[in-house]
Amino acid sequence: MPLDPMQLPPSTMVFLLATVIKMLFVFTIYMVVVAYTTLAERKVSAWIQDRHGPNRVGPWGLLQVAADGVKNFLKEETMPGDVNKPLFVLAPALSFCTAMIAWAVIPFGAPLPTPWGRIDLVVADLPVGFLYLLAITSLGVYGIVLAGWSSNNKYALLGGLRSSAQMVSYEIAMGMSLVCVLLVAGNVSLPAIVAQQQAGAYNVVLISVAAFIFLVSAFAETNRVPFDLPEAESELIAGYHSEYSGMKFSMFFIAEYANVITASAMFVTLFLGGWDIPFTSWDDTGPATVLKTLATFAMFAAKLYAFVFFFIWIRWTLPRFRYDQLMSLGWKILLPTALAYIVIVASAILALDASGASRTGWAFKGALLGINLVCLVILFVLIDRGRLISPAYSRLHKERVAQLRRAAELRSTLASGESR
Amino acid sequence: MRHEFFPLFYSFHFYLFGLLAIASALLFVTRKSPVAAAMWLVNVMFCLAAEYVLLGAQFIGAIQVLVYAGAIMVVFLFVVMLLNLGHAEAVTDLRGNAGRLAAGFVGLAMLAEVMVLAQSEFAAELTPKAALARQAAEAIDGPGGVIGPIAAPLFREHLLAFELTSMLLLTAIVGAVVIGKKREGGDAR
Repeated sequence: MPLDPMQLPPSTMVFLLATVIKMLFVFTIYMVVVAYTTLAERKVSAWIQDRHGPNRVGPWGLLQVAADGVKNFLKEETMPGDVNKPLFVLAPALSFCTAMIAWAVIPFGAPLPTPWGRIDLVVADLPVGFLYLLAITSLGVYGIVLAGWSSNNKYALLGGLRSSAQMVSYEIAMGMSLVCVLLVAGNVSLPAIVAQQQAGAYNVVLISVAAFIFLVSAFAETNRVPFDLPEAESELIAGYHSEYSGMKFSMFFIAEYANVITASAMFVTLFLGGWDIPFTSWDDTGPATVLKTLATFAMFAAKLYAFVFFFIWIRWTLPRFRYDQLMSLGWKILLPTALAYIVIVASAILALDASGASRTGWAFKGALLGINLVCLVILFVLIDRGRLISPAYSRLHKERVAQLRRAAELRSTLASGESR
Repeated sequence: MRHEFFPLFYSFHFYLFGLLAIASALLFVTRKSPVAAAMWLVNVMFCLAAEYVLLGAQFIGAIQVLVYAGAIMVVFLFVVMLLNLGHAEAVTDLRGNAGRLAAGFVGLAMLAEVMVLAQSEFAAELTPKAALARQAAEAIDGPGGVIGPIAAPLFREHLLAFELTSMLLLTAIVGAVVIGKKREGGDAR
């Protein structure tokens, strides 16, 4: 193979410079995307509810984002009495930073050839990128907990409490679902996981149950509907950010959308093949070209945005869970399912490896796919919803219904007595 | 690894994070508010994770953040919030000067112990040989990645110890469940 300088790793100085440029690039793009995701949320929600949505500022309301930003900067920032000032100020920043630094390890495109060497399109190619992602997402809870505690407000405190219990619970299910990804990939480096999916099949096809558990946990980790109990407005005013105003309040919202985008990027990288263009090996074989870089980057953005849309779609479709349902879903359904699935996938891979099947061969893919289909049928057809999780609309026991009716009657007689 | 290119850069950051860890640890033991103390402890964990990464033990660094900062300290904060203990003026459990002196002496004794150990022959055995270090660096590019060299001895040579540890943890979990159940039943009766 001829030694083309454009295909070789760059020198150290170029590496440093390229890393700084990549950081600035990722940060800028990320902030713009976060801003426009807030607009996308409002536009999609309007579309789902058959309204117009924001359409007055700029063409099709596209400058609404700038108007919102300026408004938030100009608003008065109130500092409620008896707050713990350092933590009160630190909380929004923590919330936002943890969402953002997860992007350091996500590969977002095929390597870019330059005259100074081949630049990998990932800010920091950590050999433990996967664990770094898990570690950073587990820190997201600090911003919310500290905001809830430092606000000196009962509702905020309740929001913080709920959020810490919820995020710790779902983090376990999330981590367990990701063990299957590691079993299939056999590596903890994110570029290696992407390469494995390019050579074999996407993880969402091979281990769909893990992908499903990850998805549900991701909704809980980002505190989005149907798991937005930390800020349930009908119960807790606004939960952990009740006392915040101006730009600090806005930071929590930026953090929420940043988290949505980060969770989507994680799903895309771990389960949807990252920047790979499906049904073709043109993009991941042969020497790197600028065209490949651009095409794969566009593919990554398309997959990412499909997921962000999914997040928004769910928010405007499903109602909120009750707190006990949330906890029983996490601990009694998702965690045992994830553990059982690890055992199934691990034994399947052990058997396939022992039989000598190649990890990228059709036998390996077909066997995993078959096991996966059986698991999906068992999970979604035999163990249907309503039998285990007992949603609010499931059938109640007759005695319980009678009890609730009596309580309601008593309450109404008491209320009418008071009003008189 | 790019240690060889920027030795100054690495040693500067190594000592920087070391000093930060010591400063945070001092702040951790001197703060009165449990929440502030917990946050300083989280900072200590981060600095230690940075030290591990600078020493090339990236797996330990990531696990340090994931387990200590991401799980254990969150549960600490949860309990502090649940019992609403976090307000400094309500804290009366400070042991006075005798307790502080005793704690200081224990700390100094442990520091001295580490210093003595670092000078002894025992420490020389712990520092990796050049051949072993090269072997570990090569293993990172192997199929198991950076965790392969940790996983292989854990699940081959030390399997019994590993399984015994997991049994110990399981026992602890079962114990916690039993204690939790008993209190609930007692209240009901």
